[in-house]
Amino acid sequence: MAMSAPRTLFEKVWDDHVVADLGDGFSLLHVDRHLLHDGAGPGLARVKDRGYTIARPDLTFATADHVISTARGRPPTSQSRTRALTALRDGTADAGIPMFDIGSGAQGIVHVIGPELGLTFPGALVVCADSHTCTHGALGAIGFGIGASELEHVLATQTIVQQRRRIMRISYRGECSPGVSAKDIILATVGAIGTAGGSGYAIEYAGAPIRRLEIEERLTLCNLSIELGAKIGMIAPDEKTFAYLEGRRFMPAGKAWDAAVAFWSNLCSDDGAVFDREETIDLSDLSPQVTYGTSPAQTIGIGGVIPRPNDIEDAKARAAIEAALSYMGLEGGEPILGVPVDWVFIGSCTNGRLSDLRIAAAVAKGRHVATHVNAWVVPGSETVQRAAEAEGLDTIFKAAGFAWREPGCSMCLAANGEVVPPGARCISTSNRNFVGRQGQGARTHLASPASAAAAAIAGYIVDHRTLDA
Amino acid sequence: MPQPFTTIRSIALPLMRDNIDTDLIIRVERLFGAVPRDELGQYAFEAIRKRADGSLDPDCALNDERYFGANILLAGKNFGCGSAREGAVWAIAGMGIRAILAPSFGDIFVTNCYQNSLLPVVLPQARVDAMAASASGLPGAHEIVVDLESQTVIGSDGVVDSFSIPALRRRALLDGLEDIALTLKRADEIAAFHEHDARARPWAYPKRM
Ligand code: SF4
Repeated sequence: MAMSAPRTLFEKVWDDHVVADLGDGFSLLHVDRHLLHDGAGPGLARVKDRGYTIARPDLTFATADHVISTARGRPPTSQSRTRALTALRDGTADAGIPMFDIGSGAQGIVHVIGPELGLTFPGALVVCADSHTCTHGALGAIGFGIGASELEHVLATQTIVQQRRRIMRISYRGECSPGVSAKDIILATVGAIGTAGGSGYAIEYAGAPIRRLEIEERLTLCNLSIELGAKIGMIAPDEKTFAYLEGRRFMPAGKAWDAAVAFWSNLCSDDGAVFDREETIDLSDLSPQVTYGTSPAQTIGIGGVIPRPNDIEDAKARAAIEAALSYMGLEGGEPILGVPVDWVFIGSCTNGRLSDLRIAAAVAKGRHVATHVNAWVVPGSETVQRAAEAEGLDTIFKAAGFAWREPGCSMCLAANGEVVPPGARCISTSNRNFVGRQGQGARTHLASPASAAAAAIAGYIVDHRTLDA
Repeated sequence: MPQPFTTIRSIALPLMRDNIDTDLIIRVERLFGAVPRDELGQYAFEAIRKRADGSLDPDCALNDERYFGANILLAGKNFGCGSAREGAVWAIAGMGIRAILAPSFGDIFVTNCYQNSLLPVVLPQARVDAMAASASGLPGAHEIVVDLESQTVIGSDGVVDSFSIPALRRRALLDGLEDIALTLKRADEIAAFHEHDARARPWAYPKRM
């Protein structure tokens, strides 16, 4: 065989999944893992109604996260949500699809439980009818969100028709100062590249600062790839990845594990591999980020000043900022520090993992939530919940006045009815601050777990690095 | 079965804001089984259509009767960014829109469009702006023609623009092809892939729990 040309990580994983070349850059790809959440019930039913069978129930896994209550006892919140959950339970039972249901010990947000159970792994092709499926790329997988029709196609065929992406490498350099997290890095990246900057691309995050990140931090980083407009974001697997995955429930053991690691060790971009676009971001001067607007790109450092619309020349951009500030109830030219908050949400597939909760608990320990603030901690999964309780994080949170909830998506999307009230201001560790995202009229500031916990204590947006006792 | 896609001749509804995300297109409360998919049209763009007090915003093009009945939507950059919710496409299709002309689209949204015979057409910003400017005239006089067969858009000013849709998607739209049936014609190739792959990457195939 001729020497093969240098390839990127994305190309290697893509090539491993091509069942057929459909021309024009399209391929029919094998799907390693199809993850279902509680919106998948109708799709399961439709596949059956259309006369197809579920091709590979053994490669399909379900959980409930979006519509379920995160209150203790999981009370039903509406008929349609109960119907959605029932449809998922019935559909998966009928097809023989494993479901990690409430109380199973493994239920959780689909992008939290995938890596955590070892369902997703380096070199895997992972799809889910949810745009934050890019999260799984942190392990060196190609993960992307699909629509409801594609979901039916995957159920019926275990394949998906996709057009190859262009490839962008974002290389980081410099050393983050203490207290600056993966969330801050990726918010700043979205701020720099824009919410459409990654459209049409698969992104590879690279550089020494990425190597230094722990796996849970990498998951946070890749989670916001879609906020760059890129449906795929990846990090080459390394020793940390293998150490993270070893022994997890769906991972192989013994010789099979060794073979897997040997295979995965080749999953990196070769020297000389060609990227369609390269960006470099220096992290040396980065400070904790907080968003001020209604797009994740509208982010500033914690010591920064909200942009003045009048300083913006382009009329359309000016109008967009004006609309965002008006929705957010903020004035251009004012510092973001000191903006009072009413709600605090710590959780989601961005920042609902054990390491996130440890960071928030370290801030909360021995302090108390400001009297006017409602602060929630929602673990990303039952596994996270159990681990956090085992080390007493729940006790710290409760003593500090935080509500300790059951696992689920909760206020990230408010699809379960857990909303931030109209006009109320929430600092949130989730990934979207869109108009109405956390409830109609709700005002969302995206930030890291440390920043959110600190704001809960202070009652206003504050630099967590200088929080008073 | 999808309906074969035909030429569209229609007035156009201008919604030129950039970055209209899927949360703005359809609120999450309407999804997860709350509203049947073929009734979502009435809830499209609620967050844009209505003011904070719930009343209709008279300045919003969606409430302007000059554009009622439009089958073409003119939009700003990065239209449909955000979530994977196909309900966003069902809602727009439910309004009677059959083609969206914009400078750029969200990636997952585009795929969802193809699955529902809604045509996402990428045109230069200046052309979409020009069409939006002339769209505000009287209905009839400002029709736009979108022809998928020739991949052209004829503006009401008579200017012809070409666009490009991947051949595979174009054929599927024009012929009204059903994608699962198409893929299952390759059942042998899929089975052969699985057989080979299960040997090459055994860890990718978990044992039953
Ligand atoms: S936590 Fe939020 S972003 Fe993540 S899957 Fe749930 S709703 Fe989507």
